[in-house]
Amino acid sequence: MEFIYYFGNVFEPISLLLLIGGTIGGLILGATPGLSPTMAVALLIPFTFQLEAVQGLILLGAAYTSTVAGGAVSAILLKIPGAPANIATTLDGHAMAKKGEGAKALQLSFLASAVGGVFGVLLLIFLTPLLAKWALAFGPSHLFWLAILGVTIIGSLDSASVVKGLLSGCIGLWLATIGFDDIMGAQRFIFHPSLGGGINIIAALIGLFAIPQVLTMFAKGRQGDGIEVIEVQKHAIKDAVRELLSRKRAMAIGTAVGSVIGLIPGVGGQIAGLVAYDQTKKFSPERKKFGTGHPEGVIAAESANNAMVGPSLVPLLTLSIPGSPTAAVLLGGLLIHGIFPGTDLFDNHPDVAWTFINSMLIGQVLMCLFGLYIAGMAAKVAQVPQSVMAAVVLGLSVFGAYSVQSSMGDVYVMATLGVMMFFLERFGFSAAPLVLGLILGPIAEANFIQGSMIANATDGMAPYFLGGGLNILLIAIVVASIAYSVWMELRQHRITNTPQEETLV
Amino acid sequence: MKKLLAGAAMALMTLTGGAYAGDYPDRPVMMMVSYGAGGATDFQARIVTMTAGNEDALGMPIAIINKPGAGGRVGWNWFATQAEADGYTLAAYNIPHFIAQSIKGGVDYSADSFEPIANWGADPAVFVVAADSPMNSMEDALAYAKENPGKLTFSGAGLFVGHHIAALQLEKAAGVKMAYIPTKGGGAAAMKAVIAGDVLAGVNNLSDAFRAREAGNVKILGVFDLERNEFLPDVPTMKEQGLDIDNASVNFRGIMVPKGTPQDVIDKLAATVPEMFANAKVAGKMKAGGSPMHIMTRNEVKEMWAAREATLKELLAGL
Repeated sequence: MEFIYYFGNVFEPISLLLLIGGTIGGLILGATPGLSPTMAVALLIPFTFQLEAVQGLILLGAAYTSTVAGGAVSAILLKIPGAPANIATTLDGHAMAKKGEGAKALQLSFLASAVGGVFGVLLLIFLTPLLAKWALAFGPSHLFWLAILGVTIIGSLDSASVVKGLLSGCIGLWLATIGFDDIMGAQRFIFHPSLGGGINIIAALIGLFAIPQVLTMFAKGRQGDGIEVIEVQKHAIKDAVRELLSRKRAMAIGTAVGSVIGLIPGVGGQIAGLVAYDQTKKFSPERKKFGTGHPEGVIAAESANNAMVGPSLVPLLTLSIPGSPTAAVLLGGLLIHGIFPGTDLFDNHPDVAWTFINSMLIGQVLMCLFGLYIAGMAAKVAQVPQSVMAAVVLGLSVFGAYSVQSSMGDVYVMATLGVMMFFLERFGFSAAPLVLGLILGPIAEANFIQGSMIANATDGMAPYFLGGGLNILLIAIVVASIAYSVWMELRQHRITNTPQEETLV
Repeated sequence: MKKLLAGAAMALMTLTGGAYAGDYPDRPVMMMVSYGAGGATDFQARIVTMTAGNEDALGMPIAIINKPGAGGRVGWNWFATQAEADGYTLAAYNIPHFIAQSIKGGVDYSADSFEPIANWGADPAVFVVAADSPMNSMEDALAYAKENPGKLTFSGAGLFVGHHIAALQLEKAAGVKMAYIPTKGGGAAAMKAVIAGDVLAGVNNLSDAFRAREAGNVKILGVFDLERNEFLPDVPTMKEQGLDIDNASVNFRGIMVPKGTPQDVIDKLAATVPEMFANAKVAGKMKAGGSPMHIMTRNEVKEMWAAREATLKELLAGL
């Protein structure tokens, strides 16, 4: 309960001003394609040089919280996920926007973000020591099985058929091998100097999601005289709240999955949204509606990616190990003021630690309020004629891909992947499983190689990868996930007895 | 955008700096860091360049640009082949990383592609074990390694980086076989592996290990350097523990420019940059962050690069 004592600090004039500024700035940065939460926080670090430690951290905490949520804006309206965390949001969010429900999707996403986010920070406040143990429990073998669990959902994610989903997953897995391999030091598939560092995930996200859309819009040409403007239905906030309350299951699954997976260093943040989306879909009686603009999809994805924010800081704050790139940047923000995360932070600088955590709690609420306000305006994006829209999205895509590492190479990668995806989409393939392959490939590979090196030096492969409670539990979940997919597929075939229809638009 | 914002940020911080009378520099200078934002190199680069805009330094701010990837190869490849040699594009170097990589091959640079300006820091590698490990000295660790050849697992941040060099030196000096486990995700991931007990020990940066020890998570058994470090006066060097290991794995960080940069620009930078590093405000921030400083002039760095190249060629010959 120590944290309550420090709430006052958050409401000091300068702190509150920074909190509001950080939140609004974060929402805008987050909504800009290509500006991931990590980069937004990194951009703010120089400003914190001039601030007190507490104030600097308030700014960074508020920015982190709101950029994660802000990413939903471009994911829903433009189908460009700002960061891996927002991929799952595009699946139903953009479909809703296309139906004219952009305002509703944004409201739901911000409300779900706030609920998930507050829950995540509360976990951070009350259960930190316990969570720290859990975060350390995942060694290479467990992370390998976790990545495999992710692979099992590839087939069922947003695809016309399981086979096509798996195939695009494989393309993603292959793309992930490009570049220098950090563990073995090998160079793989570097056909062009731009690929030396491998395929940057943010550049790939922009290319795979936004470019096919742009091409589709251009391909339509002026045949509709740009009349294809979507009517945006006004949507009252209280209806959004009611909707959210009636979707408790999606909310609960999203928040729980986000908190648990977000905790795991190096893995969590990227896949929390997708895993939560998939689980919600499996447990939902309306599972057919997912992918067609179902509110539960947005709720699950967004509650998960904000629930992850609090727990993802546990390894940093308790063990001084940054578990994610964003946490690494926050570490710099602490060190610059001579504060070492760990026992030093909570024992000697409780004011800094708790004010920072409190500011994230209040940041979640502020983020929701400003987000709801923005939702009303941002939905107007859908009223822009398609020809203009295509040009704007193309411009943002190039800008976003370039800004990741100030590199033209990333722009080429983005454009190439985008054109490739445009043709793949013609054949019923979709981007989400491909991206999932791209994310999971390196996690599975690195942990398998590392695990096998450790295993060969110690107990041998079989006991290392298959023994131990956590390994067995994860393997059981993997088997269950595959069995469930197979069973669903068989049942569907028995009912329809015809190949599944192409549901792509 | 990032460049613009970073520039704006730096400009804001140094509004009081004003214009400098000399010809160079007459506009903000960019410095490329080949590791991601938030890493130790990035963090230190931002601190040591924060006073660049002062009258007594360059009189112009230095903006940091990150080009991470493939253990630094992406950034240095870019710097060697595409950066303009006009003095407005600087880069941070990491020794022994880029020299070891160029010896191993597959990159577009070597020590001859760059001109050193000055060195700001030296972060030695250290040998760490988890706080609850039964090992309390290098002697204990090596005794275990001798009894169980090839079974002492120890982590480090990848191949052909300082940690890997230190690991090779340790195996050679002690005459034992151990299992070096390179991790993906840099020093932080390697440290996590030690604390979580995934591996029995690890090689890590002194600055990160110091912080982990402050947090009560690890024990530091030895320093891979010629002398004890001011941050860890109680930790003996490897030599003190009977192992013939020099400072070849120490991670030196400093500033360089591409070959072909005008000589007068190099001279101006070589004269002012060490002064800029010596600024009391910089030293204070570096110490607070647990980052050991080690200022060297251009000529000293040249010698150090040459010496390092010779040692590394010999050490990596068998790989």
